[in-house]
Amino acid sequence: MSDDPAPRLRMQGIRKRFGATVALDGVDLWVAPGHVLALVGENGAGKSTLMKVLSGAYRPDAGEMWLEGRPFRPDNPHDARLAGISMIYQELSLAPHLSVAENILLGMEPSRWGIVQRGQMARRAREALEQLGHGDIRPEARVGDLPLAARQLVEIARALAVGCRVLVLDEPTSSLAAEDIERLFALVRRLREQGHTVIYISHFLEEVKQISDRFLVLRDGRSVGEGSTDSVSSSELIAMMVGREVKDLYPRSARTPGEVILEIRDLAGWTKPATASLALRRGEILGIAGLVGAGRTELLRAIFGLAPVVRGDVRIAAYTGPASPAQRWEQGVGMLSEDRTREGLAISLPVADNVTLSRLAGFGPAGIVIPARQRAAATRWIDALQIRCRDAQQPVTQLSGGNQQKVALARLLHHEVDVLLLDEPTRGIDVPSKAEIYRLIDDCARQGKAVLMVSSYLPELLGVCDRIAVMCRGQLLPARPVAQVDEHTVMREATGTA
Amino acid sequence: MKRWLEKLGSVAGLVFVFVLFALLQPAKFPTADNLQIMLLQTAVVGTAALGMTVVIISGGIDLSVGSVVALSTVTIALLLNRGAPPLVAACGGVVAGGICGLLIGLIITRAKLPPFIVTLGMWGALRGAAKGLANEQIIVTPNTWLNRLLNTPADEQKWMLLPPGVWMMLLLALLVGGMLRYTRWGRHIFAVGSNELTARLCGVPVERTKVMVYILGSGFAALAGVLQFSYLTVGDPTTATGMELDVIAAVVIGGASLSGGEGSTFGSLVGALIMTVVGNGCTKMEFPNWVQEIVTGVIILVAVVLDRLRHRKTD
Repeated sequence: MSDDPAPRLRMQGIRKRFGATVALDGVDLWVAPGHVLALVGENGAGKSTLMKVLSGAYRPDAGEMWLEGRPFRPDNPHDARLAGISMIYQELSLAPHLSVAENILLGMEPSRWGIVQRGQMARRAREALEQLGHGDIRPEARVGDLPLAARQLVEIARALAVGCRVLVLDEPTSSLAAEDIERLFALVRRLREQGHTVIYISHFLEEVKQISDRFLVLRDGRSVGEGSTDSVSSSELIAMMVGREVKDLYPRSARTPGEVILEIRDLAGWTKPATASLALRRGEILGIAGLVGAGRTELLRAIFGLAPVVRGDVRIAAYTGPASPAQRWEQGVGMLSEDRTREGLAISLPVADNVTLSRLAGFGPAGIVIPARQRAAATRWIDALQIRCRDAQQPVTQLSGGNQQKVALARLLHHEVDVLLLDEPTRGIDVPSKAEIYRLIDDCARQGKAVLMVSSYLPELLGVCDRIAVMCRGQLLPARPVAQVDEHTVMREATGTA
Repeated sequence: MKRWLEKLGSVAGLVFVFVLFALLQPAKFPTADNLQIMLLQTAVVGTAALGMTVVIISGGIDLSVGSVVALSTVTIALLLNRGAPPLVAACGGVVAGGICGLLIGLIITRAKLPPFIVTLGMWGALRGAAKGLANEQIIVTPNTWLNRLLNTPADEQKWMLLPPGVWMMLLLALLVGGMLRYTRWGRHIFAVGSNELTARLCGVPVERTKVMVYILGSGFAALAGVLQFSYLTVGDPTTATGMELDVIAAVVIGGASLSGGEGSTFGSLVGALIMTVVGNGCTKMEFPNWVQEIVTGVIILVAVVLDRLRHRKTD
């Protein structure tokens, strides 16, 4: 297995348990200089625990690590960072009020007599950015003013400035638009050519195939497969991840579209959407594709009354005119937010409150909520959706991403809405949870509900939807049956090259 | 069991300080008279803390409590001197408080300003209003039953056990606690405090909820003003200076989170009691005032640290 002459990083027999739970059960990992290793596995498979061991946040119960041939036993994240392990998480850890240069050299500012050498700082920051091929980012710009993709670059530049030996990217593309993803991939390739070692964690298997040299699959805290990425197919990877073949990832039952229940005509918001028209029927799933920033989220929010409508109108069954979220819920429209933890759920509150918040009526007379009835209702949804949690009283923050998303979806089901507005319903959750959510969406359509779904993940739109419309720079293009759509046509329309 | 222990954290603190002073000063501290005095001393801060609990659960803060208390005593005194019956005067004080709360709530929601800033402004403005209304003087009033709300019951009313003001605080604590836990409105307050965006997404009328919360907060502060009036027996525009900090401390010691979404009226009352017991105990020990202030400060910090540790464990 480790015939490679000099792996940059080797982890062997790593074990870690928390109480009765075995999180890591003897994991081996090695990666050579100038290689990109993809680390894949479901949520809870042990990826993040393994990376926390690597970054010094956890001490393993057993196992050894070597960095460039020398034993490596970090006592804390600071140790690991000095040794050259850099982690870039989904939630970036930058100080938004400081400049790019200040962020890149944070904690190691060049100084003389305690006075920061601004010139030298800017120069070193520029060097780091140029090494990434992004000299266009100004070192004196405020990080908070930069777009997300640029902030990610700043964070990677910071890792390089520290002198990192192993760069860990945790789901780096989950909030990037397609063209930014391409740019990030170019950057990863560049780092690889410069001899850097990258560990790439992702749920997007297409990305893994595209960017990595080798892969390592974790399941239940064990390494269950590794090898060269060229020699494996996505479905083989999925099979290793879940331990079984996931057949119908995208279930599609026979659906019969009914009457039009949501109709929007020439809808415009403050800046986005510029113009959007569509008609959605009962029993139909309509997907909206497009680049991040094209105005898809704004469209859903305008329909739901969360964003201002400047022109045009929205008709829900017989209702027309302006609306607030409260009115939309009453009209039988529910929305799933793209930002699960910041908007979608009140994560410090129990599952029961989150599921029932939009419809607390019916748990008692005259504005009274009887907790036992509220819990019972939530428990029914926990069972129906197989939400893994202790009970309805458990705070949502303690659940995994996939289960949190099911809680957010359960709210729409509890409310018995007729129209579901779903914004990135499977973002950041593992493959089996995705499959369950696709099944739920399919169930809803079969029961005659209408689904309007925004996603940046084209394969799922193609797999789930009946029709797909592309949004480009605030304009919603006409929807087409899914049979007439493929990834190329969508990308052409989305990038405005159609 | 463990959940219960966590819930009873502040009660354990109360028992601890009580037993401590009872051991240190067995002759003077744990007497029936002193117990009643401590309940009396808690009534004003405790009543205001009920409103503050609701405000803090909703993710807000109210720094104008002391000023509202003063405004309330002045309003009551003025009404009494114009010949209003005591009940009408008391209601007048509470209504004045409610109007302040309405104003605070409207500014916060309409101008979209942080509660800290808005209530800091009201802290100054309402204190000034109270002084202006009272001509910067103490207002002496005729003797009515309002002056006896915090008196120990007379012999023929021994069945009451506690002064009416203390009963009022306890009953209101039950009422507000029940409202928070068992009504839609209460669940909405928790949701707004826990995550305002989620509440809005779920169709909770966030603005209206907030306005109501501040009306309630200032209303309870004004009710505390009624008790303060009873204690002072005059309208005093300079009374209760800095009381908002005692009130906030009581709520925080009682386990509420300043970032919202957490707290209970029971906890807040226990928090208020802890502060009284410490103050009273230190007096009985004949400690100088500065010792008492240091001890109170340390207790606030310890309460917050313990709360942090408890949260870290459950996450």
